[in-house]
Amino acid sequence: MAQDIVLKENKKSMVFLKPITTIFKGKLSKEKWLLSAKKTGITLASVLLFLILWHFGSQALYNKEANYKINKTLKEQGAAAAEAERACIYSGENNCQPNTLPSPLQVWQSLQLLIADHYVIKADKKAFEEKMFATNEALAAKGKKKITYTGRPSFIDIVLTSIKTVFAGFLLALLIAVPIGIVIGLSPFLKSAFNWFIQIFKPVSPVVWYLLVFMIVKTLYIGNSSDNSFVISFISVGLCAMWATLVNTAMGVASVDKDYINVAKVLKLGTFQKIFKIILPSSLPLIFTGLRITLSVAWMVLIAIELLAQSPGLGLFVWEEFQNGANDSNSKIIVAMFVIGIIGFLLDRIMLSVQQMVSFNKNEAI
Amino acid sequence: MNVSTILKETENGLFPPSKIMLDLKDLKKVYPTPKGDYVVLENLNLQILKEEFITIIGHSGCGKTTMLSMIAGLNEISGGNIAVLGKHIKGPGPDRGVIFQSPSLMPWMTSLQNVLLGVKQVFPHATKSQRNDIAKYYLQKVGLENAFYKKASELSQGMQQRVGIARAFAIKPKVLLLDEPFGMLDSLTRGELQDILIEIWNKEKITAVMITHDVDEAIFLADRVVMMTSGPRAKIGSILNVDFERPRTRKTVLEHTNYYDYRKQLIDFLEH
Repeated sequence: MAQDIVLKENKKSMVFLKPITTIFKGKLSKEKWLLSAKKTGITLASVLLFLILWHFGSQALYNKEANYKINKTLKEQGAAAAEAERACIYSGENNCQPNTLPSPLQVWQSLQLLIADHYVIKADKKAFEEKMFATNEALAAKGKKKITYTGRPSFIDIVLTSIKTVFAGFLLALLIAVPIGIVIGLSPFLKSAFNWFIQIFKPVSPVVWYLLVFMIVKTLYIGNSSDNSFVISFISVGLCAMWATLVNTAMGVASVDKDYINVAKVLKLGTFQKIFKIILPSSLPLIFTGLRITLSVAWMVLIAIELLAQSPGLGLFVWEEFQNGANDSNSKIIVAMFVIGIIGFLLDRIMLSVQQMVSFNKNEAI
Repeated sequence: MNVSTILKETENGLFPPSKIMLDLKDLKKVYPTPKGDYVVLENLNLQILKEEFITIIGHSGCGKTTMLSMIAGLNEISGGNIAVLGKHIKGPGPDRGVIFQSPSLMPWMTSLQNVLLGVKQVFPHATKSQRNDIAKYYLQKVGLENAFYKKASELSQGMQQRVGIARAFAIKPKVLLLDEPFGMLDSLTRGELQDILIEIWNKEKITAVMITHDVDEAIFLADRVVMMTSGPRAKIGSILNVDFERPRTRKTVLEHTNYYDYRKQLIDFLEH
């Protein structure tokens, strides 16, 4: 009985917070403390090993690149120039650093720089808004458009744009895929009508989806000067990612336990009641499995699509830094990489918790 | 005139029509297969009286479940017909309640909601509290007064089947069809549920048709035990009248002088 209660609590709390919540509730016995300490220790050790490998790897690459540069100068410009190059490289001067994989330390510094930069831009923006406050009031009174801040976005703004895009795309996918999936799942006739469509469009690459959406949205936005990159990117993300939900919903609806359908028949439930009381609830776990896949696919294709759509998110950030080729560009790219990875992981954990909440069969959610 | 007197007084096998609840006439079931038709049931005739409890035994795969689901309207009738109170059935309906082998509860609903699902269909004009009262009454009858608001997935197999019984009785069917409802339970729980079933049945006095593999269960519950021949082309092999006083208790049944004779007849039939 006690075990049941624990099980229920675990199910209801956010799963990814479980280790933390159990610690705070003081439920751990001494052995469990030891076990979780061991697990944490192993995780930390592997992180450390990763950082060490990365550090030495990047150092080796740095040396290779530096030696190549010095040798090249030696061949082309003679010994004196080569010596000057060597001195320049090892003095740490910005303009002669080899361009290669950054070390963990450089990435860490870049992260701090990006965050500091955020506060600078934020202050700048605030100052601008205060300065323009009176002007904007006057413009608003005349019914004209306000003057807004048009400086470059900070890293945090960029991350937020990406998250906003992915959620808009996810919502679009949900609104399209779930209803269509239900309809297809309910009727074998419609299933065969839609099947070719699903089979053909499911494997289409994000890039092509982007181009398709671009063609359509561009025309729809004719005569409208406002920025449509956000619209294009979230629609492309949604269309790319919705297939998992569509297929899973259709499958969930079509494969409702025959016993439940028999019960519905014996009780003479109407079509409406049958769908909402029996078919939908019983296919919820599969629908949410689909939604979870959709969200992770959406986050993955987002980067490529933002790059193409010139939408000011992480995808564009990475691409611009790569084109930029500044001294710290590479480490900024790695920062973006980690941020993308961590956010993707968190999104997946959140969806997993939701999935486990709606799942009535305790063993089902994976 | 109660069931046992009718059974005793009817000698030529023709019951007075006004007393018949369920009438299976020349019932036939054919499954088409690539190798030709497979005839499961053929020439199956059975008349079941009002307020009678029938148990059906027969070897696995002989077509008992097919017959029951045809009565329930879940399975197409290939030939012959089934009538409830003289009217031919077309598809399933709330006049025939079913208790399935697996409890078949909606795991995301509470036990009360599961019972209400059917009650709403049968009493569309009742108020919400009236429906609740009906559902709660039957849940109490099956001993679940403390589990109204428990999710079906949190209940044990035995408790789930209790909800199944409550759900079937709550729609006030004329005929109750039971497809090995206790087959998946351990023998202790099975005994408990048999007692509960027979207690409610005694009160509600509806016609019951139950499939079972358990010879003792068949005798304990039934007015008549129907033995089906092995398939294909299964039909009624023989019928055993169980002439015990009702209400019965397990003890009086076991001590009855006829009990072992009945039991021997059934086992002899099954072994041939």
